[in-house]
Amino acid sequence: MGTFIQLVVDGLAMGSVYGAIALAIVLVNQSTGMINFAQGGMAVLSAYLAFTFLGLGLPLIVAILLSVAASFIIGALIERFLMRRFMGRAEDTQVVVTVGLLTLLTGICGWLWSYNNLQFPSLFPSSAFTFLGAAISWRSFGTFLAIAGIMVLLQLLFRQTKLGLALRAVADNRQSASFAGLPVGRLLMVGWGLAAALGAVAGALVAPRLSLTPGMLDTTLVYALAAVILGGITSPVGVVVAAWLIGVLENLAAVYVPIIGHDLKIAVPFILLFVVLLLRPQGLFGRKTVVRV
Amino acid sequence: MTLLEITDLTAHYGPVQVLHGVSLSVPERGAVGILGANGAGKTTTLRAISGAVRTGGQIRFEGQDLRGRKPNEVAALGIAHVPEGRGTLGNLTVKENLQVGAYLRKDRRRIQQDIDHLLELFPNLQERYTSNASALSGGEQQMLAVGRAYMARPKLLLLDEASLGLAPSTAKTVYDAIRVLREETGVAMLLVEQNANLAFTIVDTATVLETGRSVLSGTSAELKGRDEIRKAYLGG
Repeated sequence: MGTFIQLVVDGLAMGSVYGAIALAIVLVNQSTGMINFAQGGMAVLSAYLAFTFLGLGLPLIVAILLSVAASFIIGALIERFLMRRFMGRAEDTQVVVTVGLLTLLTGICGWLWSYNNLQFPSLFPSSAFTFLGAAISWRSFGTFLAIAGIMVLLQLLFRQTKLGLALRAVADNRQSASFAGLPVGRLLMVGWGLAAALGAVAGALVAPRLSLTPGMLDTTLVYALAAVILGGITSPVGVVVAAWLIGVLENLAAVYVPIIGHDLKIAVPFILLFVVLLLRPQGLFGRKTVVRV
Repeated sequence: MTLLEITDLTAHYGPVQVLHGVSLSVPERGAVGILGANGAGKTTTLRAISGAVRTGGQIRFEGQDLRGRKPNEVAALGIAHVPEGRGTLGNLTVKENLQVGAYLRKDRRRIQQDIDHLLELFPNLQERYTSNASALSGGEQQMLAVGRAYMARPKLLLLDEASLGLAPSTAKTVYDAIRVLREETGVAMLLVEQNANLAFTIVDTATVLETGRSVLSGTSAELKGRDEIRKAYLGG
């Protein structure tokens, strides 16, 4: 029982990181219709920024908050000066642009900070506490709590504030939003900024576990995309639940299903994905979209 | 006093020129109709005013040139646009749709009064107040679109085919409500309508477009009396 609880909590922690990146992808997709394959790469750049602020002697929490703020600005600038040129263009073009951005960001990180593993300190102590006979690491528990807390805040922003209403209106119908006087361009920048800031939090929380490298989040991006499809791209809550599910299931499968083990655990989300795409292509929680011709 | 003055408006979609010289004007508190067949450029004319298509020629609103302004800047000057196809924000509730309409306003108490008033005018929306707008019927979505525009408290309302796809009785309900809003607020209107009979229940004057040109304009009474108008738009 103790092992089981540990596995679940560790799975929820990694699942939260997948969920944060997945939610960032959903934020961008809902407002611009694009899938940002560079979302992980942007989060890695954010983690390097935090690392650099740390090197200047700033306390860890300040370094992370500064990097989150910087990431918001970088995200907004990427929207304004890069992605806006490709809005409304063919989807293939947009995919190529974001994949190109991922490659570019990875290269920039490698060039500025080298490809070697860097040690990134954790916000949480490396000790563990005991709960129901299980030793639970503060890191896992803290990561889960921090990201869950941010998701609650995001939900409040979208449901309770005028800015949130405006962001949802732009995501829903850009033309109607602009006819009602909403500054669509600026709101798109805010959407990209929020997504980048969310990625920055995920990057800073997971960097101590994965150790900081330019390709740190490549696998995470794959998991995040799996969560997006599994949860349904139209359902932010569904995507986060799917990400937790993936995190927990892959951990459990690695330990309890001998044939999978740690080497094959990355296959777990894809088996899930395969089944979901066959049976419920709009995702577990998503809505069907009807395209009228 | 003239509120909106359009002179020699031209517009292209890519290489295709769709407006070849549209001229019309809307007086303060006036209601003007744009009649014409499919593809005559009616919708494009409204979109040009809102800054959604680039154009040549002149568009002046309260003496200011509108050309080169973005849709949200045009809205901020006091022009609300009910787009063709209603432009419903489907994932937002009826309440949120109306709040989006009032986005540029700061007078929170008056906003709530206006919402209450609108719900009296459209009891259907009252019943669906907290449901997603995508769950509404076509008629209800059209009422919501009019309501969203009304919530901006505009000086000029651009209304694009408010009767499109609606049952005749529903279309009449929508137009009755538009007439009430006009009488109450004195908002000026420029409306595009295929159903000229319906348009003539509201407008004082109208302009007829043919393949992107204004070819005829006059008061409702004059136009209704002309044979070619009766044949083309009023069913004989």
